[in-house]
Amino acid sequence: MTISQISVFLENKAGQLADITGILSEKQVNMRAISIAETADYGILRLIVDDAPKASSILLEQGFILTMTPVVGVEVPDTPGGLSKVLGIISRARIDIEYMYSVFGQKDGQACMIFRVADADGLTALLAENGIATIAGEDLGVH
Amino acid sequence: MERYYQKEIETADREQILAWQNERLVRQVRHVWDNVPYYRAKMEEKGLSPEDIKSVEDLRKLPFLTKDDLRDAYPYGLLARPLKDCVRIQSTSGTTGRRVVAFYTQHDIDLWEDCCARAIMAAGGTEEDVCHVSYGYGLFTGGPGLNGGSHKVGCLTLPMSSGNTDRQLQFMVDLGSTILCCTPSYAAFLAESIHERGLRDKIKLKAGIFGAEAWSEEMRQDIQNKLGIKAYDIYGLTETSGPGVAFECSQQTGMHINEDHFIAEIIDPDTGEVLPEGSKGELVFTSITKEAFPLLRYRTRDICVLTREKCSCGRTHVKMSKPMGRSDDMLIVKGVNVFPSQIETVLLEQGYPANYQIIVDRVNNSDTLEVMVEMSPEHFSDNLGEITNMEKALVAALKAMLGIYAKVRLVAPKSIARSEGKAVRVIDKRKI
Repeated sequence: MTISQISVFLENKAGQLADITGILSEKQVNMRAISIAETADYGILRLIVDDAPKASSILLEQGFILTMTPVVGVEVPDTPGGLSKVLGIISRARIDIEYMYSVFGQKDGQACMIFRVADADGLTALLAENGIATIAGEDLGVH
Repeated sequence: MERYYQKEIETADREQILAWQNERLVRQVRHVWDNVPYYRAKMEEKGLSPEDIKSVEDLRKLPFLTKDDLRDAYPYGLLARPLKDCVRIQSTSGTTGRRVVAFYTQHDIDLWEDCCARAIMAAGGTEEDVCHVSYGYGLFTGGPGLNGGSHKVGCLTLPMSSGNTDRQLQFMVDLGSTILCCTPSYAAFLAESIHERGLRDKIKLKAGIFGAEAWSEEMRQDIQNKLGIKAYDIYGLTETSGPGVAFECSQQTGMHINEDHFIAEIIDPDTGEVLPEGSKGELVFTSITKEAFPLLRYRTRDICVLTREKCSCGRTHVKMSKPMGRSDDMLIVKGVNVFPSQIETVLLEQGYPANYQIIVDRVNNSDTLEVMVEMSPEHFSDNLGEITNMEKALVAALKAMLGIYAKVRLVAPKSIARSEGKAVRVIDKRKI
């Protein structure tokens, strides 16, 4: 159970991010999570949206360079130590996390983290074995 | 008081200089005809034989020689003496496909060093001086040329080569260097370092001889003020020997070309027509005394102006202005020749789009080179580390090709400006 994330090449210059969010809002695409990894000159914008195929074709049309990446959404109890427990499980299984970030406003008592690992299905299975739920796209308003 | 290394030659009257040129040109044409099949073929193509060249007046009949000829003839095609008579090679800073290897007999080295000695004495050098040579030593002509000239003058010569600022400054202070020879950007850098470390009162520099790259009058003033010296320009190219083809005298208003060794012409770069004195055009050199690697009518691609106005220094040899530009797309960055085509080759080899832009600038008196490259779907990945590694590989490949560091800037696709459908490849922001 993985979620399709859109990764977009972003040049570090004024207005790049506003351009992308502007285009998506115009086409009624709703963003559910956003994260940016950057160097001094460029970055990667990572997006989870309600309609990934639609968003990606809009951005491609506009000349952006992007790639689709499967990521895992994990429900984390919104209490001290909640994230630590999940990370402990992943660490003991010696799985490398390439990056992670959090999702906007979740239901009460739960936070949602997005994890990028080499083997997304493997991580899903590992967490299930340890009684930790992963989140389906629908739960995030992704359809 | 003006000093000369070879006063009779440097102050000879025009008739005498012309007599030398006539005699040496005729001999040189015969020499290449007899010994260089490449030249003979080029002359025959124009229906010329050595008898057609009787004086400097006839020079314009001869075909031009270009960097392409030098490349075609690499390595031995223009050699006019047997290798057993040659004692040295030097080579251009360039680079794959464009490398020029120049050969020297001992006689050629002597004359080259004489030219450099003239430059050092024109800058006030004597046997009392400590000459600090911070040009690179090796294939580059800068170090060996000024080193030899310094010996001829009898200066104590410090063969420092470039780099290692701490050592440069330590020797400068401890050994009391009085004349600094290096590229103007390195001089500016050293001046800055001296200033920062508060060493200004501990150095004894009085003059600098700076060449191998373009520099402005403002930069001269800046270096002169910071170091309390007089800064002199020197010109040359590996093809014609190296630095010392022309040099500045006390007047600092242009460089005297050593006309007993080189005949200079100014041509229209488009038509090849010889232009009258005072016209701005491409500088063409004929070396009339070189034995191993004589060049007839070599197109330097440097744009400048020649003047025979009387110079108060007493020298009678024609003066050239600082080069004002190039008639081809070659860039000189940190003294190194850079062709946009080299950068394009690397990008294509690495699978990048051929749409790129080169930005040259001068920051704190030092040249910077930046290559803007458009990101392509093939190179993009969700992994930042992978992209940075590709960027590093590209920087390394550019360094291997160009010999100098170029910063790579990955930009959004189709973001590089195109004018009339054709991209502007080079933006040179340097104010020279």
